[in-house]
Amino acid sequence: MDLRFTMEQQKFREEARLWLEAHVPKENLPSFDTAEGFQAHCEWERVLNDGGWAMVPWPVEYGGRGANLIEWLIFEEEYYRAGAPGRVNQNGIFLLGPTIMEYGTDAQKVRFLPKMASSEEVWAQGWSEPNAGSDMAAIQATAVREGDQFRINGQKTWASRGAYADWLFGLFRTDPDSERHKGLTFVLVPLDAPGVKVRPIEQLDGEAGFAEVFLDDALVSVDNQLGEFNRGWDVAMATAGFERGLMLRSPARFQNTARKLVELYRETVASGVAIRPALREAVTQAWTGAEAYALNTYQTVTRLLEGGKIGAEASLGKIFWSELDLKMHETALELLGARAELLPNAPSAQGVGTWLDGYLFSLSGPIYAGTNEIQRNVIAERILRLPRK
Amino acid sequence: MRFAFTEDQQLLQQTVHEFLQAECTAERVRGFWATETGRSPELWSQLAEMGVTGLLVPEEFGGLGMNDIDMVLLMEEVGRAGLAEPLISTAAIAAPLIRDLDNAELSRAWLPRIAAGEAIIAVAHTCNAFVSDAHIADLILVRHPQGDEIHGLVRDQCALTAEPANDPARRIFSMDWTPKPLTRIAESGRARRLWADVLSRGALATAAQQLGVTAKLIDLAVAYATERKQFGSPIGSFQAVKHHLANVRVQLEYAQPLVYRAAHSVATRAPARATDVSMAKSAASEAAAAAAKVSLQVHGAIGYTWEQDVHVWMRRAWSLGLAWGSAAWHRERIANAVLDQNAPAESFGYGASIA
Ligand SMILES: Cc1cc2nc3c(=O)[nH]c(=O)nc-3n(C[C@H](O)[C@H](O)[C@H](O)COP(=O)(O)OP(=O)(O)OC[C@H]3O[C@@H](n4cnc5c(N)ncnc54)[C@H](O)[C@@H]3O)c2cc1C
Repeated sequence: MDLRFTMEQQKFREEARLWLEAHVPKENLPSFDTAEGFQAHCEWERVLNDGGWAMVPWPVEYGGRGANLIEWLIFEEEYYRAGAPGRVNQNGIFLLGPTIMEYGTDAQKVRFLPKMASSEEVWAQGWSEPNAGSDMAAIQATAVREGDQFRINGQKTWASRGAYADWLFGLFRTDPDSERHKGLTFVLVPLDAPGVKVRPIEQLDGEAGFAEVFLDDALVSVDNQLGEFNRGWDVAMATAGFERGLMLRSPARFQNTARKLVELYRETVASGVAIRPALREAVTQAWTGAEAYALNTYQTVTRLLEGGKIGAEASLGKIFWSELDLKMHETALELLGARAELLPNAPSAQGVGTWLDGYLFSLSGPIYAGTNEIQRNVIAERILRLPRK
Repeated sequence: MRFAFTEDQQLLQQTVHEFLQAECTAERVRGFWATETGRSPELWSQLAEMGVTGLLVPEEFGGLGMNDIDMVLLMEEVGRAGLAEPLISTAAIAAPLIRDLDNAELSRAWLPRIAAGEAIIAVAHTCNAFVSDAHIADLILVRHPQGDEIHGLVRDQCALTAEPANDPARRIFSMDWTPKPLTRIAESGRARRLWADVLSRGALATAAQQLGVTAKLIDLAVAYATERKQFGSPIGSFQAVKHHLANVRVQLEYAQPLVYRAAHSVATRAPARATDVSMAKSAASEAAAAAAKVSLQVHGAIGYTWEQDVHVWMRRAWSLGLAWGSAAWHRERIANAVLDQNAPAESFGYGASIA
């Protein structure tokens, strides 16, 4: 065990820090769930990509930097520390990208990964359907093979970034007689294909953060099948693993929030407001929790670098980070007191930061990427080995 | 950067695990409860033979010359077995303290005996109201209340009053003593600095034991929930039961790296080690306390009996929770370090400086 960074890792950190200091936009970009913000975020992704920092852990030939996972964590630390914009293509780069790397053909890797890294093509995730939420195996949308095309019918919903994205990846029933996990195929669908209609849905904050996607005899090339025919479930489980686990929510995100929370605490103390001991304790717990999540991630990364895999443990992390995030934002709102309800344009909103917006988003953490109830089932059955039913 | 144990460390853990699972059964632990000292000289000398008591004793004094990172996994096993022998004070605190005092005479007098299992050392620290295992100690280490002095007392240099406690494995004592030149074993700033690590090592070893206690409480509940049937099904198939247990499993998962990091910080004398230890101890205490409640709940009435074993570990969770600073006490220490300073606190990785 050696928890110190090597000289090389420190040099990598310095390089990232200097680059980010020079390039990160000085002003916060508008939300990537608005048309304007989406464009601004794509523009930022191009800057990142030109600098070679878009996909740090990917191989160079696919637009990455060929860095290892420790370096990736270091980059993330610097990224959040620099206050850089959220990653508009996170469904692509963090979820689908690694899945294509594992299951894709060489042609698919060449076709999709570089444009994903540059966010020239932004991706949405199409698992959920009106009747398939937690029970993802209840997917009904169908894809029928006709020659070298799939004819796709059905409806996907809650697709994040779907309102503005170029592509959607999802699972479709390819064997009409199949049930549940069998007979599904993983297909990549261009959202501008004929027969595809996208209807934006406003989220809790009023922005079009996700979309419904209607597929009405949409035709898609069979080259867009990822992994084996009728074996899409296994491919999707790999993607879901990336989502719950390491990639989507790297620890720096929560350490950054914890640091801001400590700053807010100090400002509140300095302003002369009396702070209840329980609130002081909540800030301390937030800090400790963010540290624990970071340390746990470094353990996981060490294991992966030495040939290990992430399995059901990803469910432990999903619960931990989503509850931590929610708790941190609740604590911040309590510290803000009466000002917690103010929107950024309110005359008295000085110093309220983005806590309210962050709070609204943190409320979705226990729902997306598999609800926390489902994660608890997974932990109980696959880690603790309790009987299923 | 490598956050994992070595194969050797895991091997040693496995050896101690197997030994304790075989020799330190719940039945035997209950047997010790009933004895006057509450302790087992036999187990103690077997642990010494395996190198556990002398793990941190330098090789030249007959020990294994290892460090706090090696120790932490063994402490976890001690907790899992519910073993209450005074390893924390003797092996995890006193051995490195005496080692680091750099006093040849003191080292020669005590380190070989610690390694050989021939000396038991108790440590009186102000964060504990009482002194654990003072009744069998060959030496009681204590800091002079008004000075940079460490004193070492033998039992007739102090007055001990037993304080019966909720955990029958716990043997704690009120202690009266008067500092005398004769009892002084170290003085100076060095002694004061080293004394700060007494608390760190005590809290670290206790936290590690609590990881083992937590894991054991979960194991007991899982085993019971798999076997016990109600409404025609194992109770472990009910979602409420599953979710209770999943929650404590999450807590354990995230207490563990805090404890391992604290071990690294203590072993490398990292500047933030006191805070790192406090994070470890508070998280491990909370996990153990939660596991105790859940394990009891999952067992139902049978868990509420003296006969069933859940309470062996439940009481360990409680008594270790109070030892070397409660969760609340350590949280306040974290708050002091992280919230009350003007400079931003260091966080792992994210806060790293590039100097
Ligand atoms: C912000 C946000 C972004 C999202 N982005 C995407 C996206 O990009 N792509 C996509 O495909 N989906 C996305 N989703 C959808 C998300 O994956 C689903 O909301 C989630 O899987 C739950 O499905 P559901 O909403 O239908 O709820 P339901 O499955 O109907 O669940 C409702 C409640 O019942 C509980 N419940 C259900 N089954 C069980 C069970 N077996 N045991 C215990 N409790 C149970 C749930 O935990 C939940 O509390 C997003 C959701 C949110 C909130």
